[in-house]
Amino acid sequence: MSIVMLKDVKKSFDKLQVLKGVSFSVAPGEVMALIGASGSGKSTALRCIDRLELIDSGEIVVCGHRVNDPQLDLRKLRLDVGIVFQSYNLFPHLTIEENITLAPRSVKKISRAQAREIALASLAKVGLSEKAQNYPEQLSGGQQQRAAIARSLAMEPKVMLFDEVTSALDPKLTGEVLKVIEALAASGITMIMVTHEMNFARRIADKVIFMHQGYVHESGSTDILTSPRTSELREFIGDELH
Amino acid sequence: MTTAINPGHLQFLLTGAFWTLILSLMAFLGGGAGGFLVALGRTSPFRLLRILAAVYVQIVQGTPLLIILFLIYFGLPSLGFSISPLLAAGVSLTIYVSAYLGEIWRGCLESVPKAQWEAAECLALSRTQRLFKVILPQAIRIATPPTVGFSVQIIKNTSLTSVVGFVELTRAGQLINNSIFEPFLIYIIVASIYFCLCFPVSAFSQRLERSGAARLRALKAVSA
Amino acid sequence: MILDFTAILARWQMLLDGLTLTIQLALVTTITGFIIGTLCAVARRSHVVIAARAATIYVESIRNTPFLVQIFIVYFGLSSLGFSFSPVAVAIIALTINVSAYTAEIMRAGFDSIHPGQWEAGECLGLSRVQNYWHVALRPAIERVYSSLTSQFILLMLASSMTSQISAEELTAAANFIQSETYRPFETYIIVALIYLAISLLMRLVFWGIALLAFPRRRRLGTNL
Repeated sequence: MSIVMLKDVKKSFDKLQVLKGVSFSVAPGEVMALIGASGSGKSTALRCIDRLELIDSGEIVVCGHRVNDPQLDLRKLRLDVGIVFQSYNLFPHLTIEENITLAPRSVKKISRAQAREIALASLAKVGLSEKAQNYPEQLSGGQQQRAAIARSLAMEPKVMLFDEVTSALDPKLTGEVLKVIEALAASGITMIMVTHEMNFARRIADKVIFMHQGYVHESGSTDILTSPRTSELREFIGDELH
Repeated sequence: MTTAINPGHLQFLLTGAFWTLILSLMAFLGGGAGGFLVALGRTSPFRLLRILAAVYVQIVQGTPLLIILFLIYFGLPSLGFSISPLLAAGVSLTIYVSAYLGEIWRGCLESVPKAQWEAAECLALSRTQRLFKVILPQAIRIATPPTVGFSVQIIKNTSLTSVVGFVELTRAGQLINNSIFEPFLIYIIVASIYFCLCFPVSAFSQRLERSGAARLRALKAVSA
Repeated sequence: MILDFTAILARWQMLLDGLTLTIQLALVTTITGFIIGTLCAVARRSHVVIAARAATIYVESIRNTPFLVQIFIVYFGLSSLGFSFSPVAVAIIALTINVSAYTAEIMRAGFDSIHPGQWEAGECLGLSRVQNYWHVALRPAIERVYSSLTSQFILLMLASSMTSQISAEELTAAANFIQSETYRPFETYIIVALIYLAISLLMRLVFWGIALLAFPRRRRLGTNL
């Protein structure tokens, strides 16, 4: 039984078809790495899962929610799915703690004290306990991204999506974010991550999907990263390493 | 006595609208000249001038135009200067416009990058030359959209001169109303005429602003 | 030419009453105008075409006609519909209608300045559209356009002088009455001009204080959003 399932998903922006029939599925607890060159459609596929983009045809089912159903209760989908963006998107006018307690309080209607406890617990998970009262701009990029992860975690999602979360970061700062994600992966939560960090993907992913020109071009275990079957993946990995 | 509104009334309103435009033009020219001085004063290297200009702006922007108008139309005659409604209207609008346009233009002068002043200085241009040859041409480009936008405020605010009996569009409406007493209808017509005068100017200034913003983006892209 | 202020200052009670009403008008319509204007900004940004279109028509028709004419339309419009409101009530309605349109434009610019990523992040955390406006967009939007907003509300206070034309007994009406009694128009209007100036400076001070309370981030860090 899969927790995330895409079947023949097609999506165009104006005349440009970005997804040309993408299918894959993720089992509960699985960590999936979505790789591919820019423009291959991997970020779009991820955004479709959280219904940030509407698909043209095909089917997406996430935690039992039919994502492409117009009747879908978006709130329920978003309660089950957490997403972390490349540009953190923390709320600049709120402290880190307020960033994290906002959704538990206003969406789940949890009490202030309880939300605070949750916030502190998830900040501890990402190693930012001492930054609770700071504003986002007082944090480094890596710290902001970890805070954004904590914000998602506080909603206790069943599936976490990571959209190139280290791409905007200094190489010096990527390590601390990857470490947090790695710890998360070990905790057993289902994760789908769009990433350029091949070594990282190899270390923590259960499954790798290589997207190329709007299709799933190759998929399998992390072995495909060391011994790719197709020339496109071989070329892509070669580019990423150099 | 109540009679219907007739073409004569409409013609009277249009004549009023003509005077609204004349007043607006006077206010724009007078206020523009004054505003230029205010902007220069606000950015002057002399502290005293800067303070004087700032005080002037603060006072005018903190006083209702209506009070300025009363001060001039009713106040000056009591001090022995006689003054016609047209002159009172023109002078008070000029004062009002000069403070607001002055502030708008000061912002535009200051938004010209400091490096431009320095570059001009390095070319051994005098302060006047720097201002007129280097800074102003750039500032005018920046200033055009907000200046056009402010013209709408000028047109609308000429309506206040009706209060001292100057027969522009609003006063024309009041006079017609005195004879046929259809206030709601008449003021709706008056408002529509104002809309026809103002809306094209607003739309034009918005278009200028958009293309200005696009040009600014393009400039930034070039320098990036 | 001898300036004599004694007769005017002797009528300080009248000035004080006018001043009180001017401040009340400004205070009430700043609040009503801010609320209605912000709702109009939301309507203008809405995907509901009718709401967006209606808000646009409202905003543009108010911004392109003089306030004085708007006052007369409200005044005579209400009475021709059979309502009889006091001049103060008409003044409040007209000022609210007027300032809401300007506030709507300012707040729209504020909301437009919020990065799409912010809306998306809120959406993905499960916030509804209303919650997103309330928790995510509103405060940063206000913070960004705060100086335009405060200038607009000071202009509103100054514009309240025009309600003297429908005999709302505010400061300008008081001045008109005093000058007709004392035959000292110049002195009267000078004093009243100074009072308006004081109110506008006071308003700046109050808005500065409100900013300190409303924007704790800016207070602590001193940076702009």
